Amino acid sequence: MRRRVWIVALAAPVIAAALLLVGGGRDFAASAGQAQASNVDVKIDNFSFGPATLTVAAGTTVTWTNRDDIPHTVVSDDKVFKSKVLDTDEKFSFTFTKPGTFGYFCSIHPKMTGKVVVE
Amino acid sequence: MANKVKDEILHDHNHDGIDRRGFLKCMAWAGTGALCVMQGGVLKSYSLSRLSDLGGSAAAAGELSFVQISDSHMGFNKPANPDVAGTLKVAVDKINGLSAPPEFLLHTGDISHLSKPEEFDTVDQILKATGKEVFFVPGEHDVLNDDGAQFRERYGKGAKGAGWYSFEKRGVHFIGLVNVMNLKAGGLGTLGPEQLEWLEDDVKHLKHSTPIVVFAHIPLWTVYPDWGWGTEDSAQALAYLKKFGSVTVLNGHIHQTMQKVEGNVTFHTAASTAFPQPEPGKAPSPGPMKVPAEQLRSVLGITDVNYVRGQHALAVVDSSLA
Repeated sequence: MRRRVWIVALAAPVIAAALLLVGGGRDFAASAGQAQASNVDVKIDNFSFGPATLTVAAGTTVTWTNRDDIPHTVVSDDKVFKSKVLDTDEKFSFTFTKPGTFGYFCSIHPKMTGKVVVE
Repeated sequence: MANKVKDEILHDHNHDGIDRRGFLKCMAWAGTGALCVMQGGVLKSYSLSRLSDLGGSAAAAGELSFVQISDSHMGFNKPANPDVAGTLKVAVDKINGLSAPPEFLLHTGDISHLSKPEEFDTVDQILKATGKEVFFVPGEHDVLNDDGAQFRERYGKGAKGAGWYSFEKRGVHFIGLVNVMNLKAGGLGTLGPEQLEWLEDDVKHLKHSTPIVVFAHIPLWTVYPDWGWGTEDSAQALAYLKKFGSVTVLNGHIHQTMQKVEGNVTFHTAASTAFPQPEPGKAPSPGPMKVPAEQLRSVLGITDVNYVRGQHALAVVDSSLA
């Protein structure tokens, strides 16, 4: 834990973004989520979640914002969380307290899927 | 009959035949009116502008005609159409102006945009002006937040399960199906085992010569799975309908008209009365398509369906609101 925080303190946003892009370095990405104070945003745009896969530390609150002209929902595959319908610019937040992988989708447009990995 | 009409085309999805003006070419397939007559499994289209050439043809004077409307999305107020109540009223005017008045209306879902009671109220109020009975099936926008309880309370009295039902009109068997409930991550529309079982039972005792019209919100044929435009278990449903000589499937959801013939089954999707959506794969997402205001009504529309006894043919006429 301490090692991760130290690395992040140096160049958190750049490293986090780069590592998320290449899809490797999950530890570092996790530490980024943790160090960014426990608040991470996911944008819903063009019928997709961005980023589609998000890795965060336990205790992180993820906030989804709908940027589409069409309403969407955020519903976890295992019913761990479930938003009400989000019209344009409406938000939904959920705090991930337990580690695990949480797949989710839009229950209106189920082709829209995403994942939150909590470490 | 067909040889009277010079601009007869086969519906081959190549957009030819109804593109009367260059700039409308890309829009033509999406909403410009066409009369479609199915005979012997082949669907023929005629430009609406030549409809008068058909005169008192069988298609124009069938024994049963009804209108399909779809995707009113009452409550939607974004730039693609800031006045969806207005365009629905235009659709109603169009229906009231049909030379052969329809017996009833089918609404293939997305009545509302956000399942709000006032949205349903507005649609009910506007459709009242037709004076016709309306049969509904829900779209995914009609069952938000409450698993469709409100929809069933309003429109599904006497229906089974999530709101499926069947009825007879002049010897034609109509089946309203629900494929917008319990959608699974990554999946398409779903009918579910309970509804499929009901369907099998519902058609079991019908004569093979009975014309069947199935209506549901999401297409029961795979239009474009990447955008979820299809139904997971529709093949099973269609298997139960194989024995029938004439099956017509009417859907909405994709906000554009499309037709396909597969054996004894003709598939048809109706235009929206609210806003158009892009052609499959021709945009990053299936979101509302913004067209210049003066073109909007040309890509919205209604569908007039005419059944002629003895011909096993349903004439499907798409009219734009322009």
